[in-house]
Amino acid sequence: MATGAPPPCMRAGVAPTGAPPPGMRAGAPQRRTAAGRRTQQNWVVMTTLIDAPPQEEDGLLPAKRSKTGGGLGKYLVVRFFLIFPTIFILITMVFFLMRITGDPITAALGGRLPPDALQARIHEAGYDRPILVQYTEYLGQIATGNFGRTISDNLKVTDMLATYGTATLELAINSLVVALIIGIPLGMVAAKYRDKWPDAVLRVFAILSYATPVFFAGLLLKLIFSVGLGWLPVAGRAKSGNEIALTALANPSGIYWLDAIRSGNMAALGDVMAHAVLPAIALGLLTGGVFLRLVRTNVIGTLSKDYVEAGRSRGIREFRLVTKHAYKPALIPIITVMGLQIALLLGGAVLTETTFEWKGLGFQLAQYLTARDFVAVQGIVVLLAVIVALTNFVVDVVAALIDPRVRY
Amino acid sequence: MSRKDGSLIQRLPVISHLRKSVGLQRGMLVTGLIISALFLLTAALAPLISPYGFAQHFDTQQPPSSAHLWGTTSGGYDVLSRVVWGTQTAVLVIVVAVILSIFLGVALGLVSGYIGGWLDRILVVIADAIYAFPTLLLAIVMSIAISQGRSSMLGGIMAAAISITVVFIPQYFRVIRAETIRLKAEPFVESAMVVGASSVRIMARHIYKNATRTLPLIFTLNASEAILTLAGLGFLGFGIEPSSAAEWGYDLNKALSDTTAGIWWTGVFPGAAIVLTVLGLTLVGESMNDLNDPRLRGRRRAGKTAPTATAGPTANSTPENEVTV
Repeated sequence: MATGAPPPCMRAGVAPTGAPPPGMRAGAPQRRTAAGRRTQQNWVVMTTLIDAPPQEEDGLLPAKRSKTGGGLGKYLVVRFFLIFPTIFILITMVFFLMRITGDPITAALGGRLPPDALQARIHEAGYDRPILVQYTEYLGQIATGNFGRTISDNLKVTDMLATYGTATLELAINSLVVALIIGIPLGMVAAKYRDKWPDAVLRVFAILSYATPVFFAGLLLKLIFSVGLGWLPVAGRAKSGNEIALTALANPSGIYWLDAIRSGNMAALGDVMAHAVLPAIALGLLTGGVFLRLVRTNVIGTLSKDYVEAGRSRGIREFRLVTKHAYKPALIPIITVMGLQIALLLGGAVLTETTFEWKGLGFQLAQYLTARDFVAVQGIVVLLAVIVALTNFVVDVVAALIDPRVRY
Repeated sequence: MSRKDGSLIQRLPVISHLRKSVGLQRGMLVTGLIISALFLLTAALAPLISPYGFAQHFDTQQPPSSAHLWGTTSGGYDVLSRVVWGTQTAVLVIVVAVILSIFLGVALGLVSGYIGGWLDRILVVIADAIYAFPTLLLAIVMSIAISQGRSSMLGGIMAAAISITVVFIPQYFRVIRAETIRLKAEPFVESAMVVGASSVRIMARHIYKNATRTLPLIFTLNASEAILTLAGLGFLGFGIEPSSAAEWGYDLNKALSDTTAGIWWTGVFPGAAIVLTVLGLTLVGESMNDLNDPRLRGRRRAGKTAPTATAGPTANSTPENEVTV
């Protein structure tokens, strides 16, 4: 049973997960990725909690009511512990892949140092010991939050992550705002005018926004708005004067617009905003296209429900029908899948930051890659893996809290 | 399910889709097919089309002119030639990556789904972990492992292809695994077991043929993802050296510094090539997806436009009337 048939809950059509196998239902690859992963994760949960679903299915309401609290708690605990194998596998994989071809010191400094000096540095850092010893030590260090020091500029990896992580966070927030502004209203428009020309235009727009690499979108935006029209700055996060002023604040949050607002520095705020527009649009377009399709599909699903028809018969305006009656019930799957776009967002952020010289994790990653500083690369990659795993957990929790059907 | 015409297997999927399609869906499919065909044609005829070699050097950076239709880069390469030759690199990488990942993904999926038990669980958890990870980062790690980031002629293409492969294996794996689990319970598999066929034979003969019907669809979608990943790798400096092959992502990276000077021709053309190629492949994949799903497929109706929709997380809640049209 455990492996033989799909778990009953999936067949029952639990909103965000109850879809046919991932690949067959594929629209955009991103969405397939996200939704597919959910299905799979829940499947894993199912195998551990295989005794729970039949109670759901039987529809024995009183029994279910009394079980609900414990069911949710159990679900959350199991889901929480499922983070660890994911992170563990990723860390292990990254560690061994990065060591397959040699130690990081040879990669970074090989050819620049004489062989004996190189050997001494390798010995000093302990890279000449058996790989399993190093691996165990590495796991221990990570567990205590010690990621080592970067080779090229001898920073502590954790400090480096903290410094540049906030910039990436700022970019992610900005682009998420853009993506929501683009995705949700346009998605509703596409759903309303399904198969009419606005829908066709918006679908092509969504595919285009997926087909355009972030760095090409960024390049075009720079050509048009920075170089051609001269409206916006070409690159960076702020003018250097403002940047210094903002980092010199007491307890800077590292998110520039937040710091500018806190210090009441309106000139700096304007400058930061101007710098933030293009990167946010470039990255926001990518995710916005995915959101658009997501909203469209789900609102189409709810728009044809009976209660919408009933509302229409009572004379509720079409605008209200779409934005309230159809949109709200569609929100649960939308929120879930949106949360799972974090992997797409982070991958896009790496490229966006490089394009706009936005000094965040992605920009640093590219720098360290060119410098062949694989300790730093490993640190960044592991951090991002942890972020993705945690976000997925949070998304599952939110989904379980909103939608009672997710609680097995 | 019982289609036996192996010789037509390459042509059947797309042609049957074309025949089924109608209205807007047909327009999308045809557009996609035309763009994809152009892409393949350019790759095949690259030596004839491109005026210069991809590594041929010119002295100064020039704007588009009659000698260099799309201008030259700051590195002294002819943009048109590099874009044209770039199609070849893209096709090569797609082919290698997709073949490798189909081969490994299908094999693992069949074994995992058929045998089940602990092997299945471990493979699922690993595939899940890989799946959850940003594809670009995974590809970066892989290309470090394969070539330490230094890429040569064929090594670069292989490194890029293998990096992309690792990203795709979980996708093929889970699709095939899900199908295998479904098929395992089918009567014809059970009867084969009763007759005494070996596991290998059941997997290879009974399940494999039935489980792989969705592959053309994943193939097109992954091909477009492969191009984007390759370009991303190249953009970050992990692509292929400019002297060994033309690669769009690398050219875009070099074009980035040109933008401030208002030099547009180095970036716009390779970028447009990526967008067009991905657009074409995605259109084909999307239309095939819609046409495969009876709930989403448009039907000819008297005087009415055919409904189209993309599948989504709530595919289950697609209106009943379409299921039963």
